[in-house]
Amino acid sequence: MSSLSGKIQEVFNEPGCGKNQAKGAKERKKGCTKQLQPGAAAGGCAFDGAKIALQPITDVAHLVHGPIACEGNSWDNRGAKSSGPLIYRTGFTTDINETDVVFGGEKRLFKSIKEILDKYDPPAVFVYQTCVTALIGDDIEAVCKAATQKFGKPIIPVNAPGFVGNKNLGNKLAGEALLDHVIGTQEPDYTTPYDINIIGEYNLAGELWQIKPLLDELGIRILACISGDARYHEVARSHRAKAAMMVCSKAMINISRKMEERYNIPFFEGSFYGISDMSDSLRQIAQLLVQQGAPDELLARTEALIQREEARVWKKLQPYKERLNGKRVLLITGGVKSWSVVAALQEIGIEIVGTSVKKSTKEDKDRIKELMGNDAHMFDDMTPREMYKMLKDAKAEIMLSGGRSQFIALKAKMPWLDINQERHHAYASYDGMVALVEEIDKALFNPIWEQVRLAAPWEKQSDTRDETLSYPHYSSLVATS
Amino acid sequence: MATVATSKKACSVNPLKMSQPIGAALAFMGLNNCMPVLHGSQGCTAFGLVLFVRHFREAIPLQTTAMNEVTTIMGGMENIEQALININTKAKPDIIGIASTGLTETKGDDVDGYLKLIHARHPELAKIPVVYISTPDYKDAFQDGWARAVTKMIEELVPTGPYPIKDDTRINVLPGSHITPGDLDELRDIFDAFGLTPVFLPDLSGSLDGHIPEDFSPTTLGGTTLADIRVMGGARLTIAIGEQMRPAADAMQSKTGVPSVVFDRLTGLEVNDRFIGMLAGISGRAVPNKFRRERSQLVDAMLDGHFSFGRKRIAIGAEPDLLWSLGSWLTEMGCTLTAAVTTTHSPMLEKLAVDEVLIGDLEDLEQRAQGCDLLLTHSHGRQMAQRLDIPFVRIGLPLFDRLGAAHRRMVGYRATRDLIFEIGNLFIANGHELTAPTQDATTHIGTVATHGAATVTFN
Repeated sequence: MSSLSGKIQEVFNEPGCGKNQAKGAKERKKGCTKQLQPGAAAGGCAFDGAKIALQPITDVAHLVHGPIACEGNSWDNRGAKSSGPLIYRTGFTTDINETDVVFGGEKRLFKSIKEILDKYDPPAVFVYQTCVTALIGDDIEAVCKAATQKFGKPIIPVNAPGFVGNKNLGNKLAGEALLDHVIGTQEPDYTTPYDINIIGEYNLAGELWQIKPLLDELGIRILACISGDARYHEVARSHRAKAAMMVCSKAMINISRKMEERYNIPFFEGSFYGISDMSDSLRQIAQLLVQQGAPDELLARTEALIQREEARVWKKLQPYKERLNGKRVLLITGGVKSWSVVAALQEIGIEIVGTSVKKSTKEDKDRIKELMGNDAHMFDDMTPREMYKMLKDAKAEIMLSGGRSQFIALKAKMPWLDINQERHHAYASYDGMVALVEEIDKALFNPIWEQVRLAAPWEKQSDTRDETLSYPHYSSLVATS
Repeated sequence: MATVATSKKACSVNPLKMSQPIGAALAFMGLNNCMPVLHGSQGCTAFGLVLFVRHFREAIPLQTTAMNEVTTIMGGMENIEQALININTKAKPDIIGIASTGLTETKGDDVDGYLKLIHARHPELAKIPVVYISTPDYKDAFQDGWARAVTKMIEELVPTGPYPIKDDTRINVLPGSHITPGDLDELRDIFDAFGLTPVFLPDLSGSLDGHIPEDFSPTTLGGTTLADIRVMGGARLTIAIGEQMRPAADAMQSKTGVPSVVFDRLTGLEVNDRFIGMLAGISGRAVPNKFRRERSQLVDAMLDGHFSFGRKRIAIGAEPDLLWSLGSWLTEMGCTLTAAVTTTHSPMLEKLAVDEVLIGDLEDLEQRAQGCDLLLTHSHGRQMAQRLDIPFVRIGLPLFDRLGAAHRRMVGYRATRDLIFEIGNLFIANGHELTAPTQDATTHIGTVATHGAATVTFN
């Protein structure tokens, strides 16, 4: 455990994090994890975060060492897509029993690794530590080391038991596992001046595939995406990239910064959501590559592509602008998604009446302020009841959030759109923006809203909210009833 | 008669099983204005929450004591105290249900002791009943957690007699974890038709049936009220559904003296004859015409459907009571139970008409389901069904990739009839078109090539 607490301290000391640098030494030691309130907490644990960050590596076996809860209650529930291997969607767990708790689960873990290699032959196995096995002192690093030696395949310990902190910490500890055991362990067959890494992109709903064709067109090669639709060997060879883009806010800043430190791979933080952010990201990728030695002409080609794509996508968005102008959105999400989605929606005239900044960093918040002005309605910790009220009172006309809070909107009989990891639609890149706007439009103008808000004729109270909402067919519907 | 075996593998692949604490938490969700709490790390709650949200498509009340490394080692009393204070202030529940997890059980937290101390320190908290149940993740499975939670509710919340107000029309019903809100609605209608008033414990049909409340609530809305529970001792009879509920029925009987009967299932013709017959006896009313018609429709469906069901090879992965309900019924329809995998021990397992029941995972089921005509398991079977290329019926929990999980019905004549249609139609849709044997084919008459992966041989 001492090496784990050392790691956690190291992650907390992240020099790449501006928020962290502003703190005193003592405060920094406490870490950036907010103390959780028993009885008033929500959100996943560090193990959850580690799994989210690494499970998108599609050709390895992800083995959870712990009781059935950690994998049995949660497997196959995320939308990271694969262009090939499917073993990442197989649920592997040691499912430890009472005897293991008393006598230790290391033997079962070792045997489990062997069974997986015998039956499924993946290029590597990732072993996830959990609370119970950490508490009884199972040394997964030692087991993984022994297994690597015995079986001649990389067995990677991911030491992020749930009780050390929240999802964000788990993301970072997963990054540490890659830095310690995977990145730099293999060499690519060849390199080009156009090789980049994309860090913190999980290919949810296949979003990476909305971006890749544009990069392909520019001749830019994704040497590794960490970790969306990745293969083990791609991550292992990622240290030879010329530049990197960090996507998911601060979730994997440690990977980006340490790869810059160790392998001289400069990185920038960008987003694929929204038209201007997408263009900015392409520009910055090109600039970084040129700065690293790629021919200058890449810049002009990139500009040309940006102009063509922007013109194309604006034309596609034009019909929506009129319909959606002034629509009021409540945006409940964390981290990167807040500001990049804010920018994207504002581009088509949607008004953001509130956004949560619970998981956002100081930079994220500054960015939102910049975008929405000083009276930005940022909520640090909005309760479900407050969200419900905003919707019920029609202060917001649609909520964009993660799956867990969808019913707050739906029970208020208001439209809702999934923008979290379980979502089924891809919203990245230029066409992704069109998809997002189409989904919002589809949700807002669905004819069910008029119907579900009607009171039954034998009930006295009717839903008066509709008077404050402007739906095209509502008045005609009421007139005939 | 089946042999019951446990998988010998070290590594569980594609789990069928879910853990005890969330089974207990779901039981608490069937109490009105209740806040279920898992005593563990925040992740334990988050996983359970996401699972139920995806299954029921409802907001799920489930809190956590948010244990971390340090509090785990020091003991979780302060976290439980804080959780109770916060929940009391923010959610104002009528009742709080706490289930332990692997984490706090490994440490060995004495939660009963903590609760005594906390209540002594905070008299205002002592007014809200707290039901605590020990449910380590590394033992048993989901249905055990549910059953234990219900037993504990009875032990703690049902007062011991004597009961001055006896009500001969009131029936206590203790449904197993496999009984859906839709099933409970069906049962309520059946009781109603006999002039009987059921009190379900727990009652997910009130809380997780998909109704639209007038205001937002952080706790459960609907479900069994404390007032309902307090008069359960005055009922005529307790009916438990599913063998898992026998201990709960026994607890009720020994505490209140109300006699109890266990129905190991309510899917199929003969079991429902017994059930309806019993209700007629208790109520002293003739069986209403509606059930005579439903029974007749079921008999007709059996006649129409048996052509499709006979000798079909079935693979089921489910918790013991659900496996028993569907496995027994399919056997009664003429199917051959070929593969049966379950999650935990139960006296019903060895009574199944199959060679072996394995306590294992979906990898085990996949191996045994090769060449079967039908696969029944929860939504996690979707990958396997695709690989095996056989028809797949989603049963149990979680059902996250289909609508209406809460309203799937399996109990009573009507639901049994509809199951024949649903499954029979799948058999028909997947029936193989006979093709004439070609001249040069090596196959002899009686063997036909099929368009699917399987080859059917007529003997």
